[in-house]
Amino acid sequence: MESLTLWEQIAASKTVIWMFLAFAVFVGFAFRPGSGKAQRDSAESIFRNEDRPAGDAGKEEVRQ
Amino acid sequence: MWDYIKLALLAVIVIFAAIAANYARDLAYQVHAILILAVAGGMFLWQLRRIDEPKPVIDQSSYMDGVIRYGVVATAFWGVVGFLVGVVIAFQLAFPVLNLEWAQPYANFGRLRPLHTSAVIFAFGGNALIACSFYIVQRTSAARLWGGNLAWFVFWGYNLFIVLAATGYLLGATQSKEYAEPEWYVDLWLTIVWVAYLAVFLGTIIKRKEPHIYVANWFLLSFIVTVAMLHVVNNLSIPVSIWGSRSVQVFAGVQDAMTQWWYGHNAVGFFLTAGFLGMMYYFVPKQAGKPVYSYKLSIIHFWALIFLYIWAGPHHLHYTALPDWASTLGMVFSVILWMPSWGGMINGLMTLSGAWDKLRTDPIIRMMVISIGFYGMSTFEGPMMSIKAVNSLSHYTDWTIGHVHSGALGWNGMITFGCLYFLVPRLWNRASLYSLPAVNWHFWLATIGIVLYAASMWVTGIMEGLMWREVDANGFLVNSFADTVQAKFPMYVVRGLGGVLYLTGAIIMCWNLWMTVRAAPERAVSNAIPAE
Repeated sequence: MESLTLWEQIAASKTVIWMFLAFAVFVGFAFRPGSGKAQRDSAESIFRNEDRPAGDAGKEEVRQ
Repeated sequence: MWDYIKLALLAVIVIFAAIAANYARDLAYQVHAILILAVAGGMFLWQLRRIDEPKPVIDQSSYMDGVIRYGVVATAFWGVVGFLVGVVIAFQLAFPVLNLEWAQPYANFGRLRPLHTSAVIFAFGGNALIACSFYIVQRTSAARLWGGNLAWFVFWGYNLFIVLAATGYLLGATQSKEYAEPEWYVDLWLTIVWVAYLAVFLGTIIKRKEPHIYVANWFLLSFIVTVAMLHVVNNLSIPVSIWGSRSVQVFAGVQDAMTQWWYGHNAVGFFLTAGFLGMMYYFVPKQAGKPVYSYKLSIIHFWALIFLYIWAGPHHLHYTALPDWASTLGMVFSVILWMPSWGGMINGLMTLSGAWDKLRTDPIIRMMVISIGFYGMSTFEGPMMSIKAVNSLSHYTDWTIGHVHSGALGWNGMITFGCLYFLVPRLWNRASLYSLPAVNWHFWLATIGIVLYAASMWVTGIMEGLMWREVDANGFLVNSFADTVQAKFPMYVVRGLGGVLYLTGAIIMCWNLWMTVRAAPERAVSNAIPAE
């Protein structure tokens, strides 16, 4: 009986479906073609610009 | 012009605080009014003496590290304070005589307990989060902090909040919401500070020079935004008088309870988890010298936490007036949370793949790894305890306290220590830490302390849960509450000793960091450190 109430609540709410779809899209976006290169670049960004902000002549520079 | 506006503002605050101190309806409010009077008055004089003086030139092509240095010092200081109060209240539980009669009611367990929780979560953890987020967002955005002195306002404003909260607890001002005890005016002040924090963080991300926003910043930003939302909604209250600390909550009954634990569990989920995961995703790869194991996995980790955590709060209210479906919902989402949490743990641990030898040679990495291990352990224990059948045994027992501390001491504490050991040599331009053996001592003292703490709380929690539910053949309860209190004594002493070990480790850390700044050799100047 109680579990029925629960499923009624979930079934009655389309928001949950929308939120799950949004979640699936966000995660799916991470698997888009070409994402690997961008992600590798991002993952390695922590090893750049250790001591100074980018954009100054003669300092470590942001790639590209 | 801005300087004159600041002067006028400070003058208004001084006058208001003076009036408030006069009309104050309760002691805590009066003390706070005098405190604000002193702070604002001091700032007024300081500002007045500097008015129309030439401003120091700030090198915009450098990172803003001064505020981070202050944050590191505040983190270490509040850590020791929070652990010390924790040890005191642990022994107060074991030996009630330590609720000293002459210090009643200011130093009894009831008032020191929120001081302990707020000191470790908000003072120690919060300062660590602010300092580390300022460090991380600058390095990963390749940009100086946005907003100039606003970052200083965030640091000092946040620490003023902590002082107001802590003194308020001792003087009896509380709105009786766990982890949200500060009264209305302290809440309002934190809201202002937090909005400034969001502005500094977001402003720096917006002016970044890197094309991507590194994943650690996602976690940190979600922590800032969500905590703002939680804080505002859970603290909706109407002051009884503008001249007093008392207020009335807008919600009542089970709605209030649900709002409180929606807040309470997401304080765990976003303050103590998402924020600290931001630290993990930056400092663990940095210390290991390798990029994170799987960037894709970190993205999934992020979105899964965001979508799941916010639902888990009702598991704090099993078998209460809360509707059954709501607590089942909380339980289901808590169990689902186990998977992304372990995904994140695996991601953190596997970052070391190919560099496992560092566990032997680098005590800082060892500290970070054990913290990730405790993250994994407590994110398994939590979902398990959220299951109704388990919760009917564990709820209201010290098992819950053990669970919280394996997360807080193990995960939050250890990762913060690792970050402090990482940050101090860099921020003070030192070649290395003063003493690596001392880090090793800290590691083992803290680890053994946590083991003593968690193990004794498991034993005592399950024992008292079983004693509470024990009935005889006629259906009468076998044990009185006092019987369980008596039976728990040895475990309470062991728990206190665990806390002593943990505190000792933290004091060793403070000494080590102090000596690093004072006595360690400077880092060789070199502008050409190749990126790995």
